Amino acid sequence: MKTTSIMIVGVGGQGTLLASKLLGNVLTQQGYDVKLSEVHGMSQRGGSVVTYVRYGDRVYSPIVDEGEADYILSFELLESARWISYLKQDGVLLTNTQKTWPMPVITGAASYPEGILEKLSAMADVQAVDALALAEQAGSPKAVNVVLIGVLSRRMSDIPESAWLQAIEQTVPPRFLEMNLKAFRLGREF
Amino acid sequence: MKKLLLGNQAVARGLYEAGCRFVSSYPGTPSTEITEFAAGYDEVYAEWAPNEKVAVESAVGASLAGARSFCAMKHVGFNVAADPMFTASYSGVNGGLVVCVADDPGMHSSQNEQDSRHYAVAAKLPMLEPSDSRECRDFVKRAYELSEQFDTPALLRTCTRVAHSQCLVELHDRVEPALKPYEKNPRKNVAAPANAVLRHAEVEKRMDALRAFAETTDLNREEMGDTALGFVTSGTCYLYVKEAFPEASVMKLGLINPLPVEKLRAFAEKVDRVIVVEELDGVIERHMRMHGIRVDGGKDLFGCQGELSQNKIRRAMGVALPQARRYDEAVPGRPPVMCPGCPHRGLFTVLSKLKLTVLGDIGCYTLGSGAPLNAVDSVLCMGASIGMAHGFTKILGEEAARRSVAVIGDSTFMHSGITGVVNLAYNKSVATVLVLDNSITGMTGHQQNPTTGLTLKNEPTYPIKIEDICRASGIERVRVVDPQDMAATEAAIQEEIAADAPSVIIVRRPCALLKYVKAKPPLAVDPDRCRGCKACMKVGCPAIRFTDGKASVDATLCVGCGLCAQMCKFGAFEGGEDK
Repeated sequence: MKTTSIMIVGVGGQGTLLASKLLGNVLTQQGYDVKLSEVHGMSQRGGSVVTYVRYGDRVYSPIVDEGEADYILSFELLESARWISYLKQDGVLLTNTQKTWPMPVITGAASYPEGILEKLSAMADVQAVDALALAEQAGSPKAVNVVLIGVLSRRMSDIPESAWLQAIEQTVPPRFLEMNLKAFRLGREF
Repeated sequence: MKKLLLGNQAVARGLYEAGCRFVSSYPGTPSTEITEFAAGYDEVYAEWAPNEKVAVESAVGASLAGARSFCAMKHVGFNVAADPMFTASYSGVNGGLVVCVADDPGMHSSQNEQDSRHYAVAAKLPMLEPSDSRECRDFVKRAYELSEQFDTPALLRTCTRVAHSQCLVELHDRVEPALKPYEKNPRKNVAAPANAVLRHAEVEKRMDALRAFAETTDLNREEMGDTALGFVTSGTCYLYVKEAFPEASVMKLGLINPLPVEKLRAFAEKVDRVIVVEELDGVIERHMRMHGIRVDGGKDLFGCQGELSQNKIRRAMGVALPQARRYDEAVPGRPPVMCPGCPHRGLFTVLSKLKLTVLGDIGCYTLGSGAPLNAVDSVLCMGASIGMAHGFTKILGEEAARRSVAVIGDSTFMHSGITGVVNLAYNKSVATVLVLDNSITGMTGHQQNPTTGLTLKNEPTYPIKIEDICRASGIERVRVVDPQDMAATEAAIQEEIAADAPSVIIVRRPCALLKYVKAKPPLAVDPDRCRGCKACMKVGCPAIRFTDGKASVDATLCVGCGLCAQMCKFGAFEGGEDK
């Protein structure tokens, strides 16, 4: 099987690392060769963050380059615009509609672009979801990451739902399990 | 069992499996997690040292005592450790000694992108470079074998992509090598001139033996494919080459110092074009050219700055890139910022207001240099703020001293700020130092340090007080302020910069991300009271927005610190902390 490339993009602090951990867990249990690459340290402090996930029979590079991503799972709208050049021609962008202002917008040095979702939808195959609303419906605004994993899981039809549920059980603390399972289902059924 | 391991986690696994008993490191991205994961093994003693020099010296001591020992550091940490490393090269080892140095091409989290391979050449030490997590684990074990076989410290070089990527690793059991008996041997271990002259001869003999080893070891692997193109490469670049040119022939180098000569020459003769792919400097390329081995492309194609990738290699080789669509409008950048509730924000708001010259240092508070605070004038290396403030004020005089401060964090102060403070007292400085004590090593992701009262293994220990060190160093003016109270912080700074003596202000409040620091309810803006003056925007908080002439608070980000409310003259902020 050829290698599939996924990017998870967002803002430092949004919980993208848990999303990539869940994904890595699921893909490993399915028996794939898996590589993940993420950046720690300074850029995590509210900066633009990206995690690369690749799987298949034999994966070489741990990173995804421009024009290579089968899926981009985006936690924030401006980040979708920033990373869209990494999407493969027939790739799919799955994006949260949440907006988090970067510092240049807060200081007034730049403005948050208007109509991002409309523009992206005209350029590529896009599924938009208000993951914050669904996370709050599940019980916590922090569950945005699990909602988005639910959205992605629907696309990855080669992986059974039970594998995702098992990975969530193994990854999140027991007292948050029920809330996270609800968040996952809300994303998956969206 | 196969497990998905981070490169750094795999290095720690290698330490465990190799029977390493002693680990001492100072945190530094991208090396930090190695030591944290190593601390998770009961069989491995692991600690945070105050800096990389002490870490290496401790590991050399543990090696002398007969144990397999280890240190990890980032590339610039090796500068600090270079003094013991260069002479440890002469003394050699008793128990195996491996030192991991993690480079950061592209400077994801560093102040420069120096290439550590030069150190291996200069200090005459073998250096191994893994490509992925599996090799991280394997090469640690190989490095211990080399260290003990050739009586030398061995270096393991990683980079950000290897350290922070994950792949599947088959786990093995730990071996438990017996402690090598310690025997007094001054000829070997006392680096006095008469002994060192003899040891240098041994070092050269060792390098000859290692050069012969490099020709035959399976660490350097020839993968013959299509002979039209032959790549010479190592580390993460090997994976990019395989991704971009899966059919090409490759010489994959795992031992990158000393490099083989005849093996490379033989490879070059088998292929039509020889391309050297390496990040940062042309170390392999220069070695090949020096030995008259044909190179058809290298630094002329790839340059010596930043990271490479599969597309960068395709582009340099003139191969078509995957098609990519472009967003046709400028996308505002998203630079890292201080977190909501960060204790540094109050201090930098005051420094920005006072328009002081700020000699900065390495840590989260480097972010005080960004807009809108723009409060930092210089950042150089760990501990430099204090020395620079001393030189700056000596030259520009007392007037400049009344307009400038040094700013340094608690962990950086313990790393290399103490000698700077001693110098202030000794050489009659009038500089003012602000020690930002947030009770943790922040930027690298919350490591304990000598001021926090806990060890790496979370055992209670003596919490060293920064104020005691400053007083003992001869600083008479030492005081403590809470940066959450901006008025009191401003008054303290005004007093100390006016004083005709060196002074230290400890600016103390724990990092907002520490588990025991509880977030308060978010604030909200009463739009009727907000006059749109933007005073609250001056603190540079990611949770405050300004739309339609009014400020508002993003309740998902706000932790209720209330700095914005302190800035507001109209009482428009409600809730959060009472102030």
